[in-house]
Amino acid sequence: MSRFLVFAPLALFLALAGYFAVGLREDPTDIPSQLIDAPLPEFDLPPIQGFDEGLSSADLAGEVVLLNYFGSWCPPCLVEHPMLMQIARSGEVPIYGIDWRDPPGAGTAWLQRHGNPYTRIGDDASGRLAIEFGITGAPETFVIDRQGRVRYRHVGVITQDVWRETLRPMIEALREE
Amino acid sequence: MIAELGHFLLILAFCVAVLQSGLTIAGLRANDPAIFGFARAGALAQFGLILVSFGCLTWLFAVSDFSVLVVADNSHTDKPFLYKLTGVWGNHEGSMLLWCLILTAYTAVLAYAGKAVAPKLITLTFAVQSAITAAFTAFLLFTSNPFARLWPAPLNGNDLNPLLQDPGLASHPPMLYAGYVGFSITFSFAVAALIEGRVDARWARIVRPWALAAWTFLTIGIALGASWAYYELGWGGWWAWDPVENASLMPWLAGTAFIHSLRVMEKRDTLKAWTVLLALMSFSLSLVGTFLVRSGIITSVHAFAVDPERGVFILLILLVLIGGALFLFGLRAATLKPTGVFSPVSRESSLLINNIVFSVACAVVLFGTFYPLFVTTVSDETLTIGAPFYNAVFNPLMGALFVLVPISGLIAWKRGKLDRIWQTLWPALAASAAALVIAFWLADREKLAGALGTGLAVWVGVGVLLDLKSRIKLFEIDFSASMARARNLPLGIWGMIVAHLGLAVAIIAITGVSAWKHETRAFMAEGDSVALGGYVITLTEVNQAREANYIAEIGRFEASRNGEVVTDIMSESRFYPVRGMGTTEAGIVGRIQGDLYVTIGERVEGRGWPVHIYIYPLAIWLWIGSVILALGGLLSILDRGRRSLGRNPAKTPVTTAPEAAE
Repeated sequence: MSRFLVFAPLALFLALAGYFAVGLREDPTDIPSQLIDAPLPEFDLPPIQGFDEGLSSADLAGEVVLLNYFGSWCPPCLVEHPMLMQIARSGEVPIYGIDWRDPPGAGTAWLQRHGNPYTRIGDDASGRLAIEFGITGAPETFVIDRQGRVRYRHVGVITQDVWRETLRPMIEALREE
Repeated sequence: MIAELGHFLLILAFCVAVLQSGLTIAGLRANDPAIFGFARAGALAQFGLILVSFGCLTWLFAVSDFSVLVVADNSHTDKPFLYKLTGVWGNHEGSMLLWCLILTAYTAVLAYAGKAVAPKLITLTFAVQSAITAAFTAFLLFTSNPFARLWPAPLNGNDLNPLLQDPGLASHPPMLYAGYVGFSITFSFAVAALIEGRVDARWARIVRPWALAAWTFLTIGIALGASWAYYELGWGGWWAWDPVENASLMPWLAGTAFIHSLRVMEKRDTLKAWTVLLALMSFSLSLVGTFLVRSGIITSVHAFAVDPERGVFILLILLVLIGGALFLFGLRAATLKPTGVFSPVSRESSLLINNIVFSVACAVVLFGTFYPLFVTTVSDETLTIGAPFYNAVFNPLMGALFVLVPISGLIAWKRGKLDRIWQTLWPALAASAAALVIAFWLADREKLAGALGTGLAVWVGVGVLLDLKSRIKLFEIDFSASMARARNLPLGIWGMIVAHLGLAVAIIAITGVSAWKHETRAFMAEGDSVALGGYVITLTEVNQAREANYIAEIGRFEASRNGEVVTDIMSESRFYPVRGMGTTEAGIVGRIQGDLYVTIGERVEGRGWPVHIYIYPLAIWLWIGSVILALGGLLSILDRGRRSLGRNPAKTPVTTAPEAAE
């Protein structure tokens, strides 16, 4: 029996390595979204505590915008945050935020502590809309065109490189359309 | 010029490493004694080359040479000088160079400390070690050159992420790497012993100080990482079961099992296959941790630049090193015949349970880390595995194991007697039951976990002290005679006792911090007060400050209890203009019974400053417990019996040593 058992660690490791190899090819930040080129799901979210305006799908129509899923509980969102602040300050594209699964007040406190890059913010406390968007984790960002269609989805932190090489060129191209 | 020098030295180091592992194998085939001398010289040469290369990169950061890409991306002239230097490893390329530096430093220490080890074993060990160095210097040279130039050079750099400008983070990677990489030595020894076909008690004796050193560094590294999360991130937690945190926990779990298993092998020449497998696992999991952080396969707060190409390279390294070693293990495991036999009630058995539980716990963490990714890869469903999963699976497993701690220290080798253990340990059981009831009744009746944690900590702490008492026969014989016995206890035993006491302290701290924390949030203006957990906290004033690389608002708080001012707390919110990034410097007052933890945010017109206040009971004991744990590891390393590294072959390890339970 032990003749086979002693190879069990090797077999386990190879299974893990095989999974790594697949995982590497399927870059986790490049998950195809069923929403690509489809119209946004209809939604009308309430505001987060301390804000007057919520966010509905109608707010996003008419111009090219970024829609960013975040949460105060999410460390990578904090890493991404300065980049969003930089984009917001530059005024290149409006950023709309959806606060995902935060207890009341937590998102507000987070924005107050670190600054608010969002034009408007909706509260998705139950996470129901996140399911329609197929969110796999925060942060996630969608590029939405003038017609209100989702054109691109970025999973994970928007770094300088992602902004420079992917998002900004894409936004410029969509404005030309 | 300096950059090119550093690059050139790194290439040389790679060449020496390749030559060394190749030549050693050839030399061993030919049975040429000259090769043994070369192995030692080669090890020192690799270390020297990488040390100077690392010095070059440090120099480039010190003088802010922005014509070098990593410096431009991660430094800034306004940055405090200390953080310019620590910026060397605050990025992917530099931290991998540090990894290689520590790897070769261990090899160089082995060249000195391992002189007494049999020539064939040590030479093979150097060969494996050099193969690892070759693999990782190649990784640096081909995918992550730290000396790449940038032209035209920018006028100033991009700064270091302010979250990373913290003493905790500056010291955290070197310690963590010293732990991860330390297991490379035991890995190499294990592979060498498998090739040679000789795994015995003597081998365990040689390997043990290296395993303990790696374990001690890893313990400190993990504690520093946790304290960074606690003090700097300001989200009010010290452990988040983040994939990267898990990546450092897995080798620690395997390593903990490994040092216990080594003890059995050294004393009783049994559990050989386990011990060798754990030696391989500790380093393999360290490598998997490196892979996780570097490949971008998991997005995390700790992740450096995401780059699949690097991931593929590291995956290849993993396949060759880990796959090769485990294959060798499969081939040779049948020859690892134990000579010692033991009954179910014996120290061997209790340490075997330790091995099994730690391995299962390690598997649980591995599962928790990768399963969510697995699900998202194969289906559209998503799921998160977070604290609730670990609280339900990992914590009970560990808790059950910790019940065995005092018993396994007392129980005799080979065949133990339960009634003797009962005679020694019943006061610990009584104390533990009393503590459990008191905690349940006093603290918070809804929180059974808190009471259970308290009971467990008291059981472990008191049990270990009773173990010590019975070893030195305190109160049974003359006091001075007891002290003499205490002085004569081997350092390894002191190490075990101290480490287990550290564990008890850590358990009570974890219980306090997680089961009994209080928090509240409020908008406060100057003069406002908030009550929490018996304290009244008043925001007395808020001042502005301007430092070299950031501006800050500093809130001064006063905490009082029963009308008396207990302490001042200063909490800052900082803004770093270069990155346009804000950070929170939590105001933390550490007191013996608990921490007061206050964060302040950006002011909102008309409402005041958002303030978040936490009370973490016993938080400070988490760090004290970690230090005691590490101290236990250090004491065991210093054990004289181990330092003589088999220089005295007459001292056969199979006989009962004086520290065996009386």
